[in-house]
Amino acid sequence: MVKVNGEIIDASGKSIAALLEDMNFSDGRVAVELNETIVPRNTYHEKIIKDGDSVEIVRFVGGG
Amino acid sequence: MNINIPAKEEMYRALEARHGIDFQKKMSKSSAAVCGLGGLGSNIAIALARSGIGRLHVIDFDKVDISNLNRQQYFTDQLGEFKTKALADTLTRIAPYCEVVPHCIKLTEENIPDLLKDDDVICEAFDLAEQKAMLVNCILEKLPDKYLIAASGMAGTGSPNLIKTRQIAKHFFICGDEENGIEEAGSLISARVMICAAHEALTAVRIITEGNI
Repeated sequence: MVKVNGEIIDASGKSIAALLEDMNFSDGRVAVELNETIVPRNTYHEKIIKDGDSVEIVRFVGGG
Repeated sequence: MNINIPAKEEMYRALEARHGIDFQKKMSKSSAAVCGLGGLGSNIAIALARSGIGRLHVIDFDKVDISNLNRQQYFTDQLGEFKTKALADTLTRIAPYCEVVPHCIKLTEENIPDLLKDDDVICEAFDLAEQKAMLVNCILEKLPDKYLIAASGMAGTGSPNLIKTRQIAKHFFICGDEENGIEEAGSLISARVMICAAHEALTAVRIITEGNI
């Protein structure tokens, strides 16, 4: 199992890109931390989530 | 206008009396960058100047427009001026001994690493979601040792209590309700934007004066 934004879900084996798609997040408006380390944007497709990982997805909305 | 500006020592002592000796010493030695000088950035910069920060790096490429006056810290007599110039003038009136470094430029993937390399704390204060994500990812990827405070979700008239500060990683904080964007909420109201700006400014102060929080 994997912790995504504090919730335990079954996402091990998925890429970051697939997880973002499942969650309906647009990849141009997020920042993703995997175990407190930034996931570079050009590695979303190759970075695979493993059992026990913790993922934080920050979603940006407009306004400032 | 009173042109008798207090001496540097007198102003420093006044800040020390309000903030404490240790707090003021740390603030005066620190530098913060404010990226984007709109509703968030202009308020963040003013809060940090009033808190006695030593150096403020203020960055924007835009000019003051009439549509900014509902929430941004500019005056009608500054319409048409570059925001960097207009805000630097205001900051200098508040804190004449703060080193204000205005940079009238659009931040990009290419220039961010060099432009922000001398700042201890970086506050993201852009308007567009894609630009916010670009700046945050770029700093986390290329300047991972910097403290970064970003904002997401302060549009509309939702409860002020939904706006919070969340620590994502050791050096990365996000302020806002993380939901209400201008895209859906349709409005940006001064008080709510100021709450989010205050979260960012206070997080910067806490990082500077308390170290790792």
